[in-house]
Amino acid sequence: MKAKSKKLTNLLLTILQTYAREIGCDTCFEHLDRYVEMTLAGKDASAVMPLVYRHLQTCPACREEYEALLKVLKRS
Amino acid sequence: MTDERTNDLWLRDLEGQPSPQALTDLRERLLRGLRYALKQRYHITESDIEDFVQDALVKILDNLDTFRGESRFLTWAHKIAIRVAFSELRRKRWENVSLQDLVPETLGSDSADASPLAWLPSDQVSPEQDVTQQNLRALLAQLIQEELTDLQRQALIAVAIKGMPLEEVARRMDTNRNALYKLLHDARKRLKQQLEAHGVTVEEFMGTFSAEK
Ligand SMILES: [Zn+2]
Repeated sequence: MKAKSKKLTNLLLTILQTYAREIGCDTCFEHLDRYVEMTLAGKDASAVMPLVYRHLQTCPACREEYEALLKVLKRS
Repeated sequence: MTDERTNDLWLRDLEGQPSPQALTDLRERLLRGLRYALKQRYHITESDIEDFVQDALVKILDNLDTFRGESRFLTWAHKIAIRVAFSELRRKRWENVSLQDLVPETLGSDSADASPLAWLPSDQVSPEQDVTQQNLRALLAQLIQEELTDLQRQALIAVAIKGMPLEEVARRMDTNRNALYKLLHDARKRLKQQLEAHGVTVEEFMGTFSAEK
C-alpha cells in the first residue's frame, strides 16, 4: 500500500471496523488498571475485556495512557 | 519495587485526615512513575512533573471512594496520575490551535477551496494508477459531507484527519472526551453503514488495497 494514502486508509479502516457496541473513554478508564494488571500477569486481557481492548484500538488518547501505565508498572 | 502497603492500608491511611507518611510515600511513588513514563520527553521539567503529581494527589484523595479494589491501589493511583499528566501535555501542545484553523467552516460553501475533498489529503496519484483509491476517497468525502451532522463532521475531521486529541476537540466544543467519543462513534456507524450500502466492506477494502502493493 502506498504510504501517501495512509491517512485515508486508516480512516477508512477505522470506519469499516466500527462496532455497534463500543465503550467510551470513561468506561475504558474505569477498567484500565485491572486490564493492565492482567496483561502484566500474562493473562489474555483482551479476551476477558474485549470492549476495553477494542476501545484501546480506536482511541489514541486512551491507548497512549495505557502504554504509559504499562511501562510504569513493568518497572515497579 | 514492592508495594509494602496493602490496599486496605492505603485506604485507611489516606481516608479522612490522610497520614503525612502515607501522602509522602504516595507522592514519591507517583513522582518516580511519571518521571519514568515521561523520560523521553525532553521538554518536561522536574517542576512540571511535581505539578502533575500535586494535581493527581488531589484527584486521588477526592476519588478514594471510587476505588473498587479491582487492582492494586498504586496501579489505580498511577492511572490517575498518568491521565492528569497526559491531558495537561496535550492541552499545552495544542493550546494555540483553534478548531476554526483546523476545520474551516467554509467547508461545503461555493468558494473554490471548499471542495468536499479539500480537507482529505489529496496526493499526486494518477487516476489510472489508483482508480480505486481515488473513487473511495471521493465517496468517503461525499458521505462525510452529506451524511454527518455539522458537529460530527467537524469533530471527525479534527480528530481523524488533523490528529487533534479527543479531549482538545471536546474542550473547544464545550463537551468532554467521553461524550465526543460517543458522537464520533455514531458518525463512524453512519459512515460504515453508508459505505457498506455502496458495496465497500472491510474484507473487500483490505483485498483491494493489499493487491495494490
Ligand atoms: Zn478513549
